[in-house]
Amino acid sequence: MPVHQKNDLLRFTPKGIYCEQADVYIDPWRPVDKALITHGHADHSRWGHKSYLATESAAPVIQYRLGKINIQTIAYGKKISINGVDFSFHPAGHIIGSAQIRVAYKGEVWVASGDYKLENDGISEAFESVKCHTFITESTFGLPIYDWKPQQEIFADINAWWRTNASLGKVTFITGYSLGKAQRILNGLDHSIGKIYTHSAVENINEVIRQQGVSLPSTNRIHKDIPSKDFESNLVLAPPGALNSSWMKKFKPISIGIASGWMALRGARRRRAAERGFVLSDHVDWKDLNTVIKATEAERVIVTHGYTKVYTQYLKEQGLQAEAAQTEFTGENLEGENIPSIDNSTTPNQ
Amino acid sequence: MKRFAQLFAQLDQTTKTLKKVEHLVSYLNEADDDDKLWTIAILSHRRPKRTVKTSLLRIWASEIANVPLWLFEESYHVVGDLAETIALMIPAKTQQHTKRLTDWINIIKALDKKDEDYKKAVVLDAWSGMDYNERFVFNKLITGGFRIGVSQKLMMRAIAQYEGQEENAMAHRLMGNWTPDTITYDELIRSENPLDDISKPYPFYLAYSVESEPSELGEISEWLLERKWDGIRGQVIIRENQVFVWSRGEELVTDKFPEYHSLGLDLPNGTVIDGEILPFADGKPLTFNVLQTRIGRKNITKKILQSAPVILMCYDLLEHDGKDIRNLPLRERRKLLVQLLKDHDTKGICQLSEGVAVENWDAAAVERSRSRSLMSEGLMIKRLDSEYKIGRKKGDWWKWKIDPLTIDAIMLYAQSGHGRRANLFTDYTFAVWDGENLVPFTKAYSGLTDKEFNEITKWVRKNTKEKFGPVRSVNPELVFEIAFEGINASKRHKSGISLRFPRMVRWRRDKPAKEANTLNDLKKMLELYG
Ligand SMILES: [Zn+2]
Repeated sequence: MPVHQKNDLLRFTPKGIYCEQADVYIDPWRPVDKALITHGHADHSRWGHKSYLATESAAPVIQYRLGKINIQTIAYGKKISINGVDFSFHPAGHIIGSAQIRVAYKGEVWVASGDYKLENDGISEAFESVKCHTFITESTFGLPIYDWKPQQEIFADINAWWRTNASLGKVTFITGYSLGKAQRILNGLDHSIGKIYTHSAVENINEVIRQQGVSLPSTNRIHKDIPSKDFESNLVLAPPGALNSSWMKKFKPISIGIASGWMALRGARRRRAAERGFVLSDHVDWKDLNTVIKATEAERVIVTHGYTKVYTQYLKEQGLQAEAAQTEFTGENLEGENIPSIDNSTTPNQ
Repeated sequence: MKRFAQLFAQLDQTTKTLKKVEHLVSYLNEADDDDKLWTIAILSHRRPKRTVKTSLLRIWASEIANVPLWLFEESYHVVGDLAETIALMIPAKTQQHTKRLTDWINIIKALDKKDEDYKKAVVLDAWSGMDYNERFVFNKLITGGFRIGVSQKLMMRAIAQYEGQEENAMAHRLMGNWTPDTITYDELIRSENPLDDISKPYPFYLAYSVESEPSELGEISEWLLERKWDGIRGQVIIRENQVFVWSRGEELVTDKFPEYHSLGLDLPNGTVIDGEILPFADGKPLTFNVLQTRIGRKNITKKILQSAPVILMCYDLLEHDGKDIRNLPLRERRKLLVQLLKDHDTKGICQLSEGVAVENWDAAAVERSRSRSLMSEGLMIKRLDSEYKIGRKKGDWWKWKIDPLTIDAIMLYAQSGHGRRANLFTDYTFAVWDGENLVPFTKAYSGLTDKEFNEITKWVRKNTKEKFGPVRSVNPELVFEIAFEGINASKRHKSGISLRFPRMVRWRRDKPAKEANTLNDLKKMLELYG
């Protein structure tokens, strides 16, 4: 099934999702003139475009990560017209500032949703359903084996684990990527148990987000002068990339936990040899994915990163027009910080 | 069941043996005797038999999960485990069952020969009252494929610790054909058992590799040279007409080697021999591969006994006439061993590991170089005056192994490692050229430095062609020197060969992929050494 049909409002090109009528790209993975950015994760907001447009609350992190760029911001729900095409950004609930981008032209409506989740985490602007004719969706966890528990349950597990570790004088070491997951974990932690220490990559993002006026629990940035005994019974929050690095050596005795949707699978848990895997994702699970698609009332769905083939087939059986599209989005990544998987584009300031 | 499911999850999440034992002990402290017994049974591969076809479980699960069967199958493909797929996919529990492990096993056993509707009702009710871990364990029990990463030895250690008993004195209790239906926990573990004492082995004395030239060991006449046989180091105990066979891992393996059972009649009581459990036929050792087909099997069939027969290649005598003689010098112990084997006909089961008679170290080197053709791994060098010590000790016993075989191969697939190296790509699949094609022939994990693994991990990320779950296919560019101890013909492998102990010795940055070895090179090695 060809993904670029001639008259499509949005087309999948080698540079990214392209709107020809407006001559703009959404989350392009190759340098372009005008980029509309759904959110600040590295696989969606890349370096090298001439101009960027993102929501007001997404912009600070994007600027922090990409350095000096030409960026304009837009409020959620506000319309901007480019050559007759109306664009507006709507909350995606994925991370702070994340948006679904609605594209409307001559009565036809498309939504490129980027990454999204339904559960309100208290930091990201809560997901809002947008009706459209064609919906572009991720399918990172688009199989019925992924069924998230409410976050309160996960946080209760994390806090109980921390409490046990604390009683044994152990350092509780938990990973989640520094933009989004880390702040969500922070918000869910029970601060009465002990102190929270953060890896610099996490703390840098925390600072950016605090400056936006979002209040986050107080944290302590880790630096080399902190004596190792200070960490005992306390918690260290770090990005996945820090796992097994020499940086970790000073945390002893340690109990390691990983927070990721992939922790739902036993194989993934075992391979990482973490003591605890917490199933916490900033993407929709199977049930929510289907709920969202139904709510858009879209007749046509284009499935990007994830289990695209299988999910497309499922949608077809549900009577929708569905097709899979090739992109360079990576979804939730266990190895690092949403590293662009194919090209080597670097992000300065990281 | 909740507690057993928790134990399973705990054991599953740690690779540290100490932790595993700790979890087992605290489980034993909490479980009742029935559950303890079943847990021991499951951990020693005494599983209840399957009473429900997996095809039915798939259909029921996809039905209540409200997904088409093909999507269930696709999901199963991703998860790679049926019990887990079902546990993940079916709807959340609507009640909480409180039955014990033993109760559930009895329920599962009772399903045998019941009709499909009845089975379905029982299984769906079970699922509806269990959380994820319980369901997973229940599914494992009902599909009959339960494997838990705990060795017999670890389990024994935990039981001994819990019971306040000595580990080696208890190991024999788990042997034999018991099932939870024929015995109670008390009878199995706590009853007075005279075998506790007579089964006890001596700790093994292990050798270090020679550090420099063996000639530096001095006068060759002070040393006994023997072939280093390629089997499983073992200790055979004959006391009170009973035979016990221990492997070097201090696991009791009497059941696995029925060949030795007649030694209880053929050798005098109070005899303990240190030797090699060696696959052997027509007067010659067979390759280790043959033995491998026997290890890990629960049932030793007639067919296996015929295709993979073993003898005991005797190295040393530790107990003679019921007396511990480990502090006698080796030359005395050997004399007694030789005499023992002369006086008693074991019908070829016990054979003396003959000394290699040489005049000097140069001649010894020549003998060592013949090792491969004799199916041996090299030479053992033992001081004739040495006592039989405990554990790995330097000074008196040395092994002088032959150099490994090597081949230059191309990395084809990469997979991330375990534990400390879970974030690095450390497990590789290698290929050699077959004309224009690359034929994968082995995997290897170890042998490089962390720095090299780091560098290769970066390279893998940039050079990934395709991802299959955790495995990535990469551009066939990097060449590694692979060392291995042996090579065998194998029908299971596409290349037709399998290697023993393959590992990377060097990253050949100097070699372009086209200069790697070929399948023909491997076949030549197979002809020479296979
Ligand atoms: Zn994202």
